[in-house]
Amino acid sequence: MDLTYTPKEQAFRAEVKAWLAENLKPELAQKVKRGQHLSKADMEGWHATLNARGWLANHWPKEHGGTGWSAVEKNIFEEECCLAYAPRVLPFGLSMLGPVLIKYGNDAQRKHWLPRILDGSDWWCQGYSEPGAGSDLASLRCRAVREGDHYIVNGQKTWTTLGQYANMIFMLVRTSTTGKPQEGISFLLIDMNTPGVEVKPIHLLEGTHEVNDVFFTDVKVPAENLVGEENKGWTYAKYLLTYERTGIAGIGFSMAALNELHDIAADQNRAGRKLADDPLFAARMARAEIELENAKTTNLRIVSAAAAGGAPGPESSMLKVKGTEIRQELDLLKKKALGVYAAPLVPEAFEPGFNGPYVGPDYAAPIARQYFNNRKISIFGGSNEIQKNIITKAILGL
Amino acid sequence: MDFNHTEERQMLADTLNRWVMQDYPLADRLAAGKSETGYAPAKLSALAELGVIGALFNESDGGFAGEGFDLAVVFEAVGRGLIVEPLLGSAVLAGGVLAAAGSDEQKARIEALIDGSATAALAHFEAGDGYDPAYIDTRAAPFADGWVLNGEKAVVRNATTADVLVVSARTKGQAGDADGLSLFLVPGDAAGLTMRDYETIDGGRAAEVSLSDVALPSSALIGAEGAAAAVLEQVLGRGVLALSAEALGLMEVIKDMTIEFARTRKQFGVPIGKFQALQHRMATMLLEIEQARSAVINAAAAEGKAGVARERALSAAKVTIGRVGTLIAEESVQIHGGMGMTWEYPLGHFVKRLSMIGHELGDEEYHLARYIALGRSAA
Repeated sequence: MDLTYTPKEQAFRAEVKAWLAENLKPELAQKVKRGQHLSKADMEGWHATLNARGWLANHWPKEHGGTGWSAVEKNIFEEECCLAYAPRVLPFGLSMLGPVLIKYGNDAQRKHWLPRILDGSDWWCQGYSEPGAGSDLASLRCRAVREGDHYIVNGQKTWTTLGQYANMIFMLVRTSTTGKPQEGISFLLIDMNTPGVEVKPIHLLEGTHEVNDVFFTDVKVPAENLVGEENKGWTYAKYLLTYERTGIAGIGFSMAALNELHDIAADQNRAGRKLADDPLFAARMARAEIELENAKTTNLRIVSAAAAGGAPGPESSMLKVKGTEIRQELDLLKKKALGVYAAPLVPEAFEPGFNGPYVGPDYAAPIARQYFNNRKISIFGGSNEIQKNIITKAILGL
Repeated sequence: MDFNHTEERQMLADTLNRWVMQDYPLADRLAAGKSETGYAPAKLSALAELGVIGALFNESDGGFAGEGFDLAVVFEAVGRGLIVEPLLGSAVLAGGVLAAAGSDEQKARIEALIDGSATAALAHFEAGDGYDPAYIDTRAAPFADGWVLNGEKAVVRNATTADVLVVSARTKGQAGDADGLSLFLVPGDAAGLTMRDYETIDGGRAAEVSLSDVALPSSALIGAEGAAAAVLEQVLGRGVLALSAEALGLMEVIKDMTIEFARTRKQFGVPIGKFQALQHRMATMLLEIEQARSAVINAAAAEGKAGVARERALSAAKVTIGRVGTLIAEESVQIHGGMGMTWEYPLGHFVKRLSMIGHELGDEEYHLARYIALGRSAA
């Protein structure tokens, strides 16, 4: 056993750091750090910057335009991106659909869709959850009926993240109602501009618009947009979810959040002493840090053990539960650390170009909002309760 | 021993809860919180007419109740209704200072607070004070035959709409000294008083209050010069009790919503409330809320007393509310899943208020440290 990074890995980290220093614009990093609104152009621009370097699809094998990185290298890359406050790579095309097409799509689909993910021609969103099918995803009812060389789709999807920007959606649809619910699901790709597709915003409790309802009324979809075989979609859906869960663990985000927490605690005065010197608060920070150090190693152990280039299986559920618990604790501590300045809500502080005056410390504005918003991470991608069910069945065998 | 409220208190609670049901719809409350005033003046008048504000003062100050259990009853209902009108800041805190230490002339202002025709706000806490009421750096210096004030006050709720501010300032000593703190009555339109107001994340408004050479007559001093620490301890303690009771009301609503959701939301063919993993967590919510209720009862019973026992019971309540409040806020959203994350569904608004109570008048860690220190001082 050796926990030190090899010289090659160390050199790789230095290369990523140097590249980020040169290519991540400080204004963009500042927006991410300050929790300001990222425009569609901001996100597309960052994808293009990464793509120009060949680093956009770090989960994909080389032959499809990926990096071919080892698990450790991917990890290093993600950590450095988070620590530099790069915008997150949107997972929908790259981490979710891409791996499914690579494993289960046909040549024509791979040839058509994968390059479009890389060059930003398509913005994908995810059509999984429905109002009646959340944790019980397999009970989904959105219907696709084959008519000649098309499917006709009717139904509703919900919690569709950034669907307002998307031109394409990958969907789980019901193509059969016989047998077990899992046996009648298919995986379909739908153009959001097709007549009958309607996107409606859902506003979250802290006031932001990032998720949507998507309605489908007699939407005509070419049959060639079916991925894999009809009624086999559940297999592909689960494969995709292991990628999604591993991503949600967000070890890199937690590392950045821990840095911020230390900065805040060192800056905040509490009756003549720094918050970092308050033994009660210092103890909570230290516990979170220890949990994160442990999770970093757990994460590396699990991803290293996974087949080269692939996502881990049910172990991804462990990463998701622990990773989200740590992120949420860090969000809570950051909110606590602000004291009375957690309360002010200054909407203009979330707009690009805002340079103050701030209310309270300049880092305060996004923190309470992030705390409330990040309650979602233990809910989406399969709630943490569902992850524990998976651990119980698939790992414990109970 | 008797754990029942008096008939008068129970009637007050019933009246207020009924009014919330009939006349205080959530949509109106959210709109009022987002409005320029941050609350609805008409609703404040209605609350005054119901006697809610009078119940926060004792008879000698023009009210009709004002004991710890009166505060607890009113503020539990405030929490249940997610009431955003400035009852805490205006009546309990600023009004409480006037009642505890004001001259007859100053006390005469309480009548307008009780009938809802005026509001007041306590501008006390400052950036960097770490919730310590003595860590105040705003200064008051003798000037002509009165005072001149300079300093900055942090996150003063409903400051811009207040007719008068009660401002703490130091007439001697330095930040951290209990001795040398004084309180002043400052008109909302005083020269040199500027405010930057903003929304708060739980609805309503607050402001950064800046005092720059604010000149006041000698009659603006409330109570004895340099002796405000005891007044503030008395009044902030009542504020802690009110906030703890408000949190209790919020938690009861949140728990009921969560259980109702678990009864009706079906996944895997059954209501999710049938899953033991969730049942146990809702059972934990219930028993922790009962612990919080006991903490509020302990604090309400101790509030009218003096000394360390009172202060420890109040800090104990805020510690309990801080811990249990976070648990209830987080668990309720988790059990609701995505639904609990939306603006449209009521839960999130109750959760935000509950969570932000942890940032007012001292957080869980501040009161835990205070509880420990008080215990040592008593030993």
